Amino acid sequence: MIRYIGKRMLAIVPIVFIATLVTFALIHISPVDPAEAYLTAAHIYPTPELLEQKRQEFGLDRPILEQYLDTLGRIARFDFGRSYLTNRPVWEEVKMRLPATAELALCSILFSVLVSVPLGVLAAVYRKGWVDRLTRLISYFGASIPQFWLGYLLIFFFSVRLDLLPVEGRGGWENLVLPTLTLSLVLIALYTRLLRVSMSEQLEEIYVQYARTRGLPERSVVLKHALKVAMMPLITSMGMNMGRLLTGTIIVEQVFSWPGFGRYFVEAIFNRDIPVIQCYVFLAACLFIVCNLIVDLIQMYMDPRILAKGRTES
Amino acid sequence: MSKSRQRVFKGQPTIVICSIVILLFFIIAALAPWIAPHDPVKVDLTQKLDGPSAEHWLGTDQLGRDNLSRLIYGARVSLGFAVMIFVSSLILGTLIGALSGYMGGWLDNLIMRVCEGIMAFPNLVLVLGIVGIFGPGLTQILLALMMVQWVYYARICRNMVVSLKGRPFIAAARVSGSSSWQIIRRHIIPNVQRPIVVMATLEMGWAIMDISALSFLGLGIQPPNAEWGAMIHEGTSHIRSHPELMIYPGILILIVVITFNVVGEALSERYGVVKR
Repeated sequence: MIRYIGKRMLAIVPIVFIATLVTFALIHISPVDPAEAYLTAAHIYPTPELLEQKRQEFGLDRPILEQYLDTLGRIARFDFGRSYLTNRPVWEEVKMRLPATAELALCSILFSVLVSVPLGVLAAVYRKGWVDRLTRLISYFGASIPQFWLGYLLIFFFSVRLDLLPVEGRGGWENLVLPTLTLSLVLIALYTRLLRVSMSEQLEEIYVQYARTRGLPERSVVLKHALKVAMMPLITSMGMNMGRLLTGTIIVEQVFSWPGFGRYFVEAIFNRDIPVIQCYVFLAACLFIVCNLIVDLIQMYMDPRILAKGRTES
Repeated sequence: MSKSRQRVFKGQPTIVICSIVILLFFIIAALAPWIAPHDPVKVDLTQKLDGPSAEHWLGTDQLGRDNLSRLIYGARVSLGFAVMIFVSSLILGTLIGALSGYMGGWLDNLIMRVCEGIMAFPNLVLVLGIVGIFGPGLTQILLALMMVQWVYYARICRNMVVSLKGRPFIAAARVSGSSSWQIIRRHIIPNVQRPIVVMATLEMGWAIMDISALSFLGLGIQPPNAEWGAMIHEGTSHIRSHPELMIYPGILILIVVITFNVVGEALSERYGVVKR
C-alpha cells in the first residue's frame, strides 16, 4: 500500500514541474514589461532609469534558465514575491484571504453532498418518478445557468424583494446562505445525475439481488450495500471538479463581495499585479493535483481491488 | 416503419426543436443590423430607464439605449465569438492531435505531456491568468480560450488516430503510395467526425458561458458595445428599481446554453460517445 502511495506521489512531480513552468512562462509571454507594470501599479512615473533599476531588481537581465531556477527555489519556499500594488509579500496577503474562500468552498461541498445524495438515491430507486424528473430538470438548469446571473437572481428575490438575507460581505451564517446556494447548484446538478446513474447500475448487480433474496429489508439493501459502491464515481467527480468549484468561487466572490482569494485574483488582473496572478494560477494547479491524489487514496481505501490490480501489474 | 428505424428517430423531436432554436438565434445574430429596431449604442438620456412602449418594446437602459436592440446585437458577440473559439481550437486541436497520434514516438509524448500540463489547470483559471497577463479585451479572451480548449480536441483526435493506425485500410492506403498528409485528410479525419461533433455542441454552450462570465467580470467586451454578460453586469446597478435589465440577457444565455447542451447530450447518447 505504501508503495502504491509512493508511486502516486512520484507521478505528481512532473505535473507540478509543468505547473511551475507555465507559471514562470506567464511573465515571459507577457507583452508588458514587468518593471513597467510594477511602476504603473505603484503609481510611479516610469523613467528609463527607474525601469532599468527595477529590471535589475527583478533579475530580468539575467539568463532565462537562471531566472527559472531562481523562481523554482522561491516557489518552494512559498515566496511569490511582493504585490506590485501594496508592496507586501503576496503569500501574506493570500494567507489572509484563504479562510474566506475555504469557508465558502467547504460549505458548498457539504451542502451539495447533503442535497444530492438523497436526491440521487431517490431518483435511482423510483426511476421515472417525480424525484427523477426533478433531478433531470435541476441537472439541465444547473449546467446551463450562468453562475453570476443565478447569484443576482437570488439577491433579487431574497434580499431585494423579501428582504430576508444580506446582499453582500462576510459575517454570520446569513451571509453564507446565498453564496453557498449559488455555488452549489452546478455541483448538485452534476452529483445527482452521477449518483443516479451509478446507483441504478449497482441495483442491477448480483450482490444486491443476493442481499434481497437473503430477505434483507430493501432500505438496508439500498443504503448499506448499493450506496457504498455507488458513491465511488461521486468521490472521483468531486476531486475532478475542484476546478469548477474554484472558478465558481471567483465569480461568486465577485457577485457577493466576498473577501476571498478569488476576488483578490480578479483585482490583481485589473491592476496587472503579476506576482498575485502567478501565485493564484500556481496554487490553483497545486490544489487540483492534490485533490486528485486525495481522491485516488480514498478510492484505494474504499476499493481494495485497485491495489490488487496494481500489484499484479508490477 | 421498421423497428430499427423507429429507434433512430426516437430522440429526434428534442434535437429538431433545439436545433431550430439554435438556428433562430444564429439568424437573429447574423441579421442584427436589419432587424434591430434601434442603434444599440445610441444614447438618449431623455428616455433613460423607460418601461416597455410601442417604440421600445423592452424599454430602455440607464443611458436610454433600446434594450431589444442591445439584446439582438449581444447575440452577435456571444454566438460569433463562441463559433470563432470553437473553429480555431477545433482546427488547432485536430491538426496537432492527428500529428501526435500519427507520428507517435517522442513528439507524441511531448504533445501529450503539454496537454496534461494545460489540463492540470482549471479552465477558467488559466484563461483568467492569460487575460491578466495580456490585459482585458475580446481578442485576448479569444486567444486565451483557444489556448485552453484545443487540448481536448487534440486528445480525442490523437486517441482515435492511434486506434485507427493499426487497422488494415490505413496500411492499404500507405502501401498504395498515399502520403502521410493524404492519409490523415482522407482516412483519419472523416473517422473522428462524430465525437468531435458532440464535443463541439457541448463546447458551444461552455464557450458562451465563459465569454459571458469574463464579460461580467469586466474583462471581455468593453463598453459601450452590447454583450449579454456585460449587460447583466450593467443591469445589476439597477437591481432594485429595474431588475428586468439584468433578467432579460440572463434568460437568453440560459436558453442558448440549454439548447446546446440538450443537443449535445442527445447526440452523445445517439453516437455512444463518452463525454470528457
